[in-house]
Amino acid sequence: MSELTKLTIAQARDKMAKGEFTAVELTEAHIKAMEAKRNLGAYIVETPDLAREQAKASDLRRQAGQAGALEGIPLGIKDLFCTKGVQTTAASHILEGFKPQYESTVSGKLLDAGSVMLGKLNLDEFAMGSSNMTSYFGKVTNPWKSKSDAAKQLVPGGSSGGSAAAVAARIAMGATGTDTGGSIRQPAAFCGITGIKPTYGRCSRWGVVAFASSLDQPGPMARDVRDCAIMLGAMAGHDSKDSTSAPMAVPNFEAALTGDIRGLKVGIPKEYRPDGLSDEIQQVWEQGIEWLKAAGATPVEITLPHTKYALPTYYIVAPAEASSNLARYDGVRFGLRVEGSSLDDMYKKTRAAGFGPEVRRRIMIGTYVLSAGYYDAYYSKAQKVRRLIADDFKKAFETVDVILTPTAPSAAFGMDENTDDPVTMWLNDVFTIPTSLAGLPGLSLPAGLNADGLPLGLQLIGRPFDEETVFKVAGVMESAAGFTATPEGV
Amino acid sequence: MSLDKAAVRAIAELARIEVRDEELDHLAGELSGILHFVEQLAEVNTDGVQPMSSVADLTLPMRKDVVTDGGQFAAVLANAPDGVVEDQGGFFTVPKVVE
Repeated sequence: MSELTKLTIAQARDKMAKGEFTAVELTEAHIKAMEAKRNLGAYIVETPDLAREQAKASDLRRQAGQAGALEGIPLGIKDLFCTKGVQTTAASHILEGFKPQYESTVSGKLLDAGSVMLGKLNLDEFAMGSSNMTSYFGKVTNPWKSKSDAAKQLVPGGSSGGSAAAVAARIAMGATGTDTGGSIRQPAAFCGITGIKPTYGRCSRWGVVAFASSLDQPGPMARDVRDCAIMLGAMAGHDSKDSTSAPMAVPNFEAALTGDIRGLKVGIPKEYRPDGLSDEIQQVWEQGIEWLKAAGATPVEITLPHTKYALPTYYIVAPAEASSNLARYDGVRFGLRVEGSSLDDMYKKTRAAGFGPEVRRRIMIGTYVLSAGYYDAYYSKAQKVRRLIADDFKKAFETVDVILTPTAPSAAFGMDENTDDPVTMWLNDVFTIPTSLAGLPGLSLPAGLNADGLPLGLQLIGRPFDEETVFKVAGVMESAAGFTATPEGV
Repeated sequence: MSLDKAAVRAIAELARIEVRDEELDHLAGELSGILHFVEQLAEVNTDGVQPMSSVADLTLPMRKDVVTDGGQFAAVLANAPDGVVEDQGGFFTVPKVVE
């Protein structure tokens, strides 16, 4: 493993600015690492030639004194972002071969900031999943191994599993993710990296394959808090092409990392201690509280009384929106087509062949809860409970500045676990979904290892558009945690 | 609410997804399990609560009703799965719907 792949984005940025190495050298090191770790299944498409071209252009820009915020930094892009001329599949057979004719706003902004694209990263099909087992293009393997059973293949989490695995395995310096119910935060926790789902509206959704439009939000995944702050600065900003994009200025997130959290109040929600929460998760959470206390913040017990209803609310709202969004895959204008005897028959055969079981399941649930006679009982009811969940947070933020919770109820699990019952798999997102429903920023950072040597994450939740406080507190926790463990072979 | 095979067939029809008869039992079980899970929302009192369709407290922005883009014929058709015959005008194609 090259020394260059071990650097953080901030380190590489500063060293390239001093002329210690070039973007071409940094990119070559990552291309080599990416090719050596194909066994992880992290990338669906590698774009080494494009990356080399972009790296060359980057070095020229730097020579001309026009270096951007991510000049020469090799990144992976989740295969949910449309990339001009490069296959974009959402990990679904139904989009196999689809080559967008335009660039998503967020991936375009990253290119404008000078970054280099290494390839398109694997994910759960249409970002629906918590294990990265539902991709049509094969599962992703977590680079971390359990100490007690090194032969066991662990999931990287999902849906941004390829992104998390690539960043953890040092085959991308950072990656884009998207988060609908925990798809950045849970895989970040499982792979021992940092990721933030920004406030809904902070990053444009334009050109991101839609899953549930009122929840989807792009965000960065990287090796530490500073790198996430740098990436988010480049990704965020108002976009007139996304009508829910917030017309707000983008602060300097990196400047928020002052290390000073004295006097801040940190909410500890009592509902996030469900029966059966594992001791190791409980312990790392207690540890996190101690770190914040030691740094001068005050923990405050808070209540978010509707927490237990977040999961059922989500599994009405998200499938409903998905069933509507995914109606566009009909075999006519792009993607897979399976011929049929009539137009309807073609639609049905195309969609049966193109969608995997989890996607089909969610489309059918969504179709049902939106259908005549059931709309009020399910969809409208869920929208009302969603407001109560959002109001819980609003009330809590009247007294606290940030909220600390575990990210996921367990460490990474085996590929053969949690597969029998869809609802059991969904429980992975029990701590991340409430934040998504309320549209709030949520960051996961690695806080320690469990007895098996696997990373455990903690989540910080902030007020709307107050990612700065989240970053500031995360920076303090990161220093206290001193998390330096890496997966084997890194 | 438990779904029977007929209900699953009706949902699949609405969703335009072909489902084989031998899959109906399994799907009915799965979908019923999910519905059973989400039905716990019934115990929440939501009297007088306004449904929340978006967290964004934004008024949808307006713009002038003018053409902002266009003339991208080739790009629009670039990913069409079948039968784009440019010298005949360039079309998306579908199976014959009018006899």
